Amino acid sequence: MIVRIATEGQYRLDDDVLERVNALDNDVVAAVEAGDEARFAELFAQLIALIRVEGAPVPEDELHGSDVIVPPPDTSFDEARSEFTGDGLIPD
Amino acid sequence: MAGLTGRFSTVVKAKISKLLDRAEDPSETLEYSYQKQMELLQNVKKGLADVVTAKKRLQLQSQKLEQQVVKLDTQARQALAAGNEDLARTALERKSAVQGELQGLDTQVAELEGQQQSMTDNQAKLQAKIEAFRSKKEVIKAQYSAAEAQVRISEAATGVGEEMADVGLAMQRALDKTENMRARAQAVDELEQAGAFEDLTQLGGGEDDIDRQLRQLSSGTQVDSELAKMKAELAAGGQSAGELGSGGDQPGAGEGQSA
Repeated sequence: MIVRIATEGQYRLDDDVLERVNALDNDVVAAVEAGDEARFAELFAQLIALIRVEGAPVPEDELHGSDVIVPPPDTSFDEARSEFTGDGLIPD
Repeated sequence: MAGLTGRFSTVVKAKISKLLDRAEDPSETLEYSYQKQMELLQNVKKGLADVVTAKKRLQLQSQKLEQQVVKLDTQARQALAAGNEDLARTALERKSAVQGELQGLDTQVAELEGQQQSMTDNQAKLQAKIEAFRSKKEVIKAQYSAAEAQVRISEAATGVGEEMADVGLAMQRALDKTENMRARAQAVDELEQAGAFEDLTQLGGGEDDIDRQLRQLSSGTQVDSELAKMKAELAAGGQSAGELGSGGDQPGAGEGQSA
């Protein structure tokens, strides 16, 4: 599976790692919905770190669409919140 | 795919896909959109120049503020040596405010440094992807039947398209941040012009608006302890005028270090 960290690049992940990414992603959303900024920051950092550590960067001359795209590593709590309520990171 | 993607990433992917879907046939679009790709690369280069300019400006300000810190420290010592504790206190309060500002600037310079690096990387990566697409397309055409080639080229085009959308997003974020920092640099300039960091010899007895703001900004206890330390140093050092210009943090004095 290919995961892109937005604004950073693509990584190839094994399925079991992707499951952990998926679980963390849901936890991040739960933290945002609960308005818990500290927990959001912690979990989101874990999510990004997991992809960077466990994933293998996709070589520059390979061309694939991503299966999963996670938000930019510097996504703020406010941006994360507006992602679900407003225009978010990429305006429609 | 159900259950494979979390919601946060799903939202982001959906939006990037939407950007890509606007092109009906990505391979055709890319084939004829050389100009568009070059425009994006040009934009990245221009954005990079903006970031570098903003960084240089902040670095200049940072240097100026560092000079202010030294100057205010010297003035505090001189005021204290002359027995004017109020003036010394004001100088130290200003120094504390300037130091706070300085810390903020340093953080921002480091952040811009990071932006500059990642934009440079992005630019190189995008160029590599575009080149890969150009050469791969010809190879695919030669190796596969027309229908199969179409599918594969389309897949590769999606890869390039996603990269372009992502570089566009990265650049937008870098420029937004740079814009915020520019606004902050402007605010520091204005504060300076308003006399916040001006020569203390121009201070009268009264307290102006800036003084009150600075008093709120600066930490009172820090100023108190620094003042006490300076007094101790003065008492120990025999009030030699030659020592007034030196900074306040060298360990040699020994006094006032206890908690």
